[in-house]
Amino acid sequence: MNHFFKTTFCTALVICLPLTAQAHRAWLLPSATVLSSDDAWVSIDAAVSNDIFHADHAPMRTEGIVVTAPDGATLPVQNAVTGKFRSVFDVQLPQKGTYKIAVASSGLMARWETETGERKMWPGRGEKANPADFDKMVPKQAKNLEVSQFSRRMETFVTSGSPTESVLKATKQGLELIPVTHPNDLFSGEAASFQFLIDGKPAVGVKVTIIPGGMRYRNEQAAIEVESDKKGNISVTWPQAGMYWLNANYRDEKAKKPATVRSGSYAATFEVLPE
Amino acid sequence: MRSRLLVSSLFTAMALIPVTPAIADELTVSVELPVLEVAEYHEPYVALWIENEKGESTNLAVWYQLEERGQKSDKGEEWLKDMRQWWRRIGRDTDMPVDGVSGATRAPGKHTVTFTEGKAPLGKLKNGNYVLIVEAAREVGGREVVKVPFTWPAKAAANQSAKGSKELGEVKLSLTP
Repeated sequence: MNHFFKTTFCTALVICLPLTAQAHRAWLLPSATVLSSDDAWVSIDAAVSNDIFHADHAPMRTEGIVVTAPDGATLPVQNAVTGKFRSVFDVQLPQKGTYKIAVASSGLMARWETETGERKMWPGRGEKANPADFDKMVPKQAKNLEVSQFSRRMETFVTSGSPTESVLKATKQGLELIPVTHPNDLFSGEAASFQFLIDGKPAVGVKVTIIPGGMRYRNEQAAIEVESDKKGNISVTWPQAGMYWLNANYRDEKAKKPATVRSGSYAATFEVLPE
Repeated sequence: MRSRLLVSSLFTAMALIPVTPAIADELTVSVELPVLEVAEYHEPYVALWIENEKGESTNLAVWYQLEERGQKSDKGEEWLKDMRQWWRRIGRDTDMPVDGVSGATRAPGKHTVTFTEGKAPLGKLKNGNYVLIVEAAREVGGREVVKVPFTWPAKAAANQSAKGSKELGEVKLSLTP
């Protein structure tokens, strides 16, 4: 079976980011992103809510979270607890350098309508997709049939000591952000550049929304909206210090068969420090 | 019932003769909900109330999610507190829904509601200075409060208005003496 299906198998265990991703924003919130201690740890909140970084809706499951150390090793998530509104877990940072804390999934999804107008989807809500079922479960032809090859990724970065680049390399699967400016070297008033890739190639026209934390204490979203250029690049000048949530969505028709649509969503949390 | 009818017909009869028409005093509010070009739009929660100079409030209308998947549901009450001033002044001490006050959320456009003195939810108003307050809060959107001061009772038919900048358009108050 092709690589694409293998990915699906690998990621079937990963958390199900709500399919109704609209109106609900999933986020990871590290307690710190720049650390100097020889015994450095970070505590991370993982939740789904409308108000950025206010855990008031649903926890995110921690099973699919992957921590990658500067040397490429996968580290365990420690002391994970899932509460009513958020999950919390710790990450120990035994090496110097930059760590990636991420959750990603990809696969096939189909929607269609029956002759009587009933809306169908595969996999069903909350169900795991077994790619082998695709031919059995999804009709070859149906009204408004749309088969999409989707990818979802959410991540954040933390650095002990000096920032390193190893964890920032593209996996070339799905929609990804490649930091041009190091994600743990962001300061208010300075511009940061990031490149978006889709399956390893520049993703043009990615719609990006960046929202500062602390939404409860202001009356507007204060979202920064940008779109990636021909090379997949965006540039952001951070208006003030704080934690930011970045969300990006991409869609094109360059999908691998049997999919007709390729879509990707990406979310990340960045800490911007005062100048 | 009958006596009220009698009284009002009497009034009407009198009105025909000389001066003031005996229509009950009315307060009409027009609230404009702007069309917003956003990726994800949800109709806002909106509350209308008046406050007297002592800061005492009269709850007039609250538009919020009353149903879930076509069934009556309390689920939408979860976000009532996002209308922060309304929640502080009225909501937290009120058991919602309230008949004649609670209503479904409304689409962008101008919405006009009329309240009659002596009838719920406006009730009997003492003479004095008041402020009409309209508050809107939108899921994954913003929040805004618009205030229109007025004096009760109006000596003549009067219009006052104020404008919001983002979540609310024009809020127009018309008083009919």
